Amino acid sequence: MAVTEESTTTSEGALTPEVPEGGDPTGLRGRVKRTFAALEIDTRMFGMIFGLVVIWIGFHIWTGGTFITPRNLWFLTVQTSIVAIMATGMVLIIVSRNIDLSVGSMLGFIGMFMALLQAEWLPALIGFDQWYTWILVLIAGLILGAILGLIQGAVVAYLGVPSFIVTLGGLLIWRGLSWVMARGRTIAPMDVSFQLLGGGARGSVGGTVSWIIGAVASVAIVSFLVIRRRNRLKFGFRVRPFWADVVLMVLGPALVLGAVWFLNQYYLPIGLAEQYVEEHGLDIPPEELEVPFGIANPVLIALGTALVMTFIATRRRFGRYVYAIGGNPEAAKLSGIRTKRLVMLTFMLMGILVGLAAAVQIARLNSATAGLGTLQELYVIAAAVIGGTSLSGGVGTVFGAVLGALFMQSLQSGMVLVGIETATQDVIIGVVLVAAVAVDVAYRRRQAR
Amino acid sequence: MTVNGASPLVEMRDMRVSFGGVHAVDGVTIDLRQGEILGLVGGNGAGKSTLIKTLSGAQRPDSGTIFVDGEPVDIHTPIDAKRWGIETIYQTLALADNIDAPGNMFLGRELTTGFGNMDDSAMEDATRKIMARLNPKFQNFKAPVASLSGGQRQSVAIARAVHFNARILIMDEPTAALGPAETDQVRELIRQLKDEGIGIILISHDIHDVFDLADRISVMLQGKLVGTVNKGEVTIDEILAMIIIGKMPDELTTAEIADLHG
Repeated sequence: MAVTEESTTTSEGALTPEVPEGGDPTGLRGRVKRTFAALEIDTRMFGMIFGLVVIWIGFHIWTGGTFITPRNLWFLTVQTSIVAIMATGMVLIIVSRNIDLSVGSMLGFIGMFMALLQAEWLPALIGFDQWYTWILVLIAGLILGAILGLIQGAVVAYLGVPSFIVTLGGLLIWRGLSWVMARGRTIAPMDVSFQLLGGGARGSVGGTVSWIIGAVASVAIVSFLVIRRRNRLKFGFRVRPFWADVVLMVLGPALVLGAVWFLNQYYLPIGLAEQYVEEHGLDIPPEELEVPFGIANPVLIALGTALVMTFIATRRRFGRYVYAIGGNPEAAKLSGIRTKRLVMLTFMLMGILVGLAAAVQIARLNSATAGLGTLQELYVIAAAVIGGTSLSGGVGTVFGAVLGALFMQSLQSGMVLVGIETATQDVIIGVVLVAAVAVDVAYRRRQAR
Repeated sequence: MTVNGASPLVEMRDMRVSFGGVHAVDGVTIDLRQGEILGLVGGNGAGKSTLIKTLSGAQRPDSGTIFVDGEPVDIHTPIDAKRWGIETIYQTLALADNIDAPGNMFLGRELTTGFGNMDDSAMEDATRKIMARLNPKFQNFKAPVASLSGGQRQSVAIARAVHFNARILIMDEPTAALGPAETDQVRELIRQLKDEGIGIILISHDIHDVFDLADRISVMLQGKLVGTVNKGEVTIDEILAMIIIGKMPDELTTAEIADLHG
């Protein structure tokens, strides 16, 4: 323990990066470690990204070059978005030493409610396909999610029933109520504007807007780094070495714009291209038309959600308190934090995110079925945990959970491409989940030493 | 109860706390003056910690009144206590291990920017400034406090209490987890804070600690106050007798004193 003090006090000058001790300072490993430390890249996070790249390349080779294609990755991003939206909230739940097993059933219930609202209840009042139907339905769904989450959270926080039990009850209750509400029917189709929340050709932003979004994101990354550096220099704190900041300023936008460029090569398939040519009165043969889908709406929603949730988790008091409760509930209470109210609010936030995910899900399927959302809770929890969220509380990041969701979805869709049957897929995902956490536990133990 | 005509900084009058029929604190009255160190001693289960928890807002008393500057005040939560300038350093330190030093120092009282976002730079700056005073060797401002040494963690807990202009500081076993060098450092700090006019209630198992630092010493036994004595008027043996037998120095018989040394 005393070593920590020793090693950090000897680092001289305000501009020297803090170098984590342990590890050979001269060898290759030491050099890699120091580079990461300078860039302030978490080695754990890097490990995950590395794992992701490995399975992408692995599947690419295994499938004979069909995995890393614009089309496949475009679908991958869409498929990831629903689990990712919910995983961003699950992180905070787990960080505060709780769990929410009800999100799959809740998604089914809210999805069914929103489907009935737009397909049966609202049309009876205002007719079909009003331009504002989707807004009413979405808001109603988010409010319902908030209420359901609030109820579960209140029971957990104020009645002191363990969240495992409360949400296990919720898993049964919301699923049962969903069936009761529609008597097991499948509700379809969805409102035409509402469907756009689910992606598809019309539910994507197109090539130009994708480039604009990429450009805005790049500018945002660079400004964030510049502002942060300036702010820290103003206070005389140590900052990254200049080269490290430059590397990040190049690397960040390059990744974003590269992703946009790659995905933008997924063009409208022939059927839609014919339609497009007709609608726009173009004079070229449809098979030569190269109109990109662009980023799909669900992906934008998931990215936006991840940004907002990261902001809440790291920049707002609410997030800080959630982590404090997870780290030491007693200390949080003694600091005057209203821990019960806060835990209740995390469940409410989770409920809102479930409502959002439900909207995307039914829009994508263009229907709601009795089994909607079944087993989703397990994927959401797995995404958070693979993404580095510790079930003992206090540790986890929103970004990690999104990566975790992408990791799992990559695995699954890769196995589908390769032609592995569903039962075997489950076995493999189960093994990967346990293995990922085992590696993580081992890593943390080494860090703690 | 007045000194030089002024009210004591804090007076806790006739405090009672019971847990399911057990009287943890049973009619205890103590007071603390400005710039004074009051030692609070007693064996395990004497009720010291429970008593001070009623002052720090972590435990509601069944009855009793707390006066600050002679005015009765309601302290129901830690926030209430802090509003009256009462800060507490708990024996467990009450740090969130997964959060860094500035985060812990400002926990529950974060500095924010105009938009209500946390101002991490300002908090780190303030933490660096106070640490430069309390523990100049402290450099780990970004690491979770779990990775710090016992002394560094103690510094964070003390910094948190001192930073917010505490007038009354409660220290529960401040040196229990520390090595000799760190203990000396904390003792020095306690004297420094006293000189700044802060009233300190010092709870300790270590009778020598208390005897060194305190101006007056209150002794508790089985939830009751045995008595409060001026340090200059008693010996360590007499304090030990109060802790163990529960008798004031003038009530002691020579046989009992001999027993203590038995």
